[in-house]
Amino acid sequence: MAEPALSIRGLTKVYGNGFHALKGIDLDVAEGDFFALLGPNGAGKSTTLGIVCSLVQKTDGKVSVFGIDIDQDFARAKYHIGVVPQEFNFNQFEKVEDIIHSQAGYYGMPLREARPRAERLLKDLGLWDKRKGSARMLSGGMKRRLMIARALMHRPKLLILDEPTAGVDIELRRSMWDYMRRINREEGTTIILTTHYLEEAESLCRNIAIINHGEIVQNTSVRQLLAQLHAETFLLDLSHPLETVPTIDGFEVAQPEPSQLSVSVKRGQRLNDVFTALSEQGVNVVSMRNRANRLEEMFVSMVEDDNGDQQSSSVRIDDDEVEPVPGAEVRQ
Amino acid sequence: MNPLQIAVALWTLVGKEIRRFTRIWPQTLLPPSITMTMYFIIFGSLIGSRIGEMSGFNYMDYIVPGLIMMSVITNSYSNVASSFFSNKFQRSVEEMMVSPMPNWVILSGFVIGGMARGLGVGVIVTIVSLFFTRLPVEHALLTLLVVVMTATLFSIGGFINALVANKFDDISIVPIFVLTPLTYLGGVFYSIDMLPAFWQGVSMLNPILYMVNVFRYGFLGVSDIPVVAALAAIAAFIVVFFIVGLWMLERGKGIRQ
Repeated sequence: MAEPALSIRGLTKVYGNGFHALKGIDLDVAEGDFFALLGPNGAGKSTTLGIVCSLVQKTDGKVSVFGIDIDQDFARAKYHIGVVPQEFNFNQFEKVEDIIHSQAGYYGMPLREARPRAERLLKDLGLWDKRKGSARMLSGGMKRRLMIARALMHRPKLLILDEPTAGVDIELRRSMWDYMRRINREEGTTIILTTHYLEEAESLCRNIAIINHGEIVQNTSVRQLLAQLHAETFLLDLSHPLETVPTIDGFEVAQPEPSQLSVSVKRGQRLNDVFTALSEQGVNVVSMRNRANRLEEMFVSMVEDDNGDQQSSSVRIDDDEVEPVPGAEVRQ
Repeated sequence: MNPLQIAVALWTLVGKEIRRFTRIWPQTLLPPSITMTMYFIIFGSLIGSRIGEMSGFNYMDYIVPGLIMMSVITNSYSNVASSFFSNKFQRSVEEMMVSPMPNWVILSGFVIGGMARGLGVGVIVTIVSLFFTRLPVEHALLTLLVVVMTATLFSIGGFINALVANKFDDISIVPIFVLTPLTYLGGVFYSIDMLPAFWQGVSMLNPILYMVNVFRYGFLGVSDIPVVAALAAIAAFIVVFFIVGLWMLERGKGIRQ
């Protein structure tokens, strides 16, 4: 049986201020998977991924990458990992191609091998024309793509993307999704993704884990997770405004706007019954959509349930769990 | 990593460091040349002509080795301190940390980069000094050895400083409040023979005195202190500093959570 791309057992992290960021989590990500790690801010996502790529020191537990224990041979494990962090972490004053070539060099890849690889990646990601320019001149979306190109330079088998599309416009986000799907499908790269866009996880990922308060509260396939959804809310746009909210037996109906109805449909109920009842009352529906992303509804309900259990007694830390450097200024 | 990959990684880091300080040459290479030219004009030519001889040499010849060494020390130190801290601040140090590059390669890469700038500035200042005096070289190999060792030592010192620094102010404290006084009191402008016995004893505690004197011995053949003992002390400091720097890097001091 093939070794999982990532295997985590009993992973614990306690920060210097006593904050228990991870409380002994177990996680497996199969080779070739497109995996989402979701959770609210401060839940432990970045800490988990930080430990896997050596930016955070674990307190306890085991982490293996393609069967290589990071405590035994982290250097060999690192060859398999490519990282796209949440925040820009390249020298803004360097040229784009220098950043890419340097990263290859850190992995021992000679320049004669790095150049064609960099050319291909920069062209694929639409940065070839910018290669001679300083990285600080790139737009936010281009900087994100630069970090993806940099992470792929040494041909990692496991790509870790920590909120790769944060702050990226819709068109660019879609093109990045296509690119990620392509490298997952065509090159077999295992991808682990954290994101706040649950639509992104639903659209891209096959399997999903939800982490909250340093514990894995759900670890399953996206399909199975969605099957657990007990009710979906649909928004119906009407041809004319209504003065009173129509009643439909067995359904919760609300009227957020005069020309719009919100209908909650539980599992086992039929949408046909809604339309039949509305037609009988002379209400004409011109369009319909989900009120929210289905996964988002599931995520919110899970995290809220978990928060209720925990009574939120633990210390919250900032989004990325990194202390800023006070009073510092940017210099070259 | 195999030896070839390590060589590639080290060369990559060294090349990047050299590119950095050459790209911003008006901030890194030009100022020491101008400052030292001022020293040569004011202390060497104008005031020096009235001072007369020092240890049997005219004053200009006496101070040139010390001034070259002063440039090497400050530039080696500040190059690594500002470069590594900048990497820390911009988080580009993570590029290196996530790579399989061993910590000793990271440390060596920054140190060699700092040496390159320190020695580069040393060469520039030496060339400038030739416009003011004919610089004799009594022991060329010794001169080269001690300047390389000094650049190594202060580059490692700059690295340690950057590791513990939390803000840019923290990397200017040591150069301003430690290195500059020690350099000025390290026999750059005078022979410690001129001092009372007590202050001669205090001066012997200043490590920079040893470096300046051995360097001057290489040029002029005169030194206030034993040359071999000074070289051994510098070598011992290099070993200790390298081990401390590596240990801090292994522990992730200031860079890992």
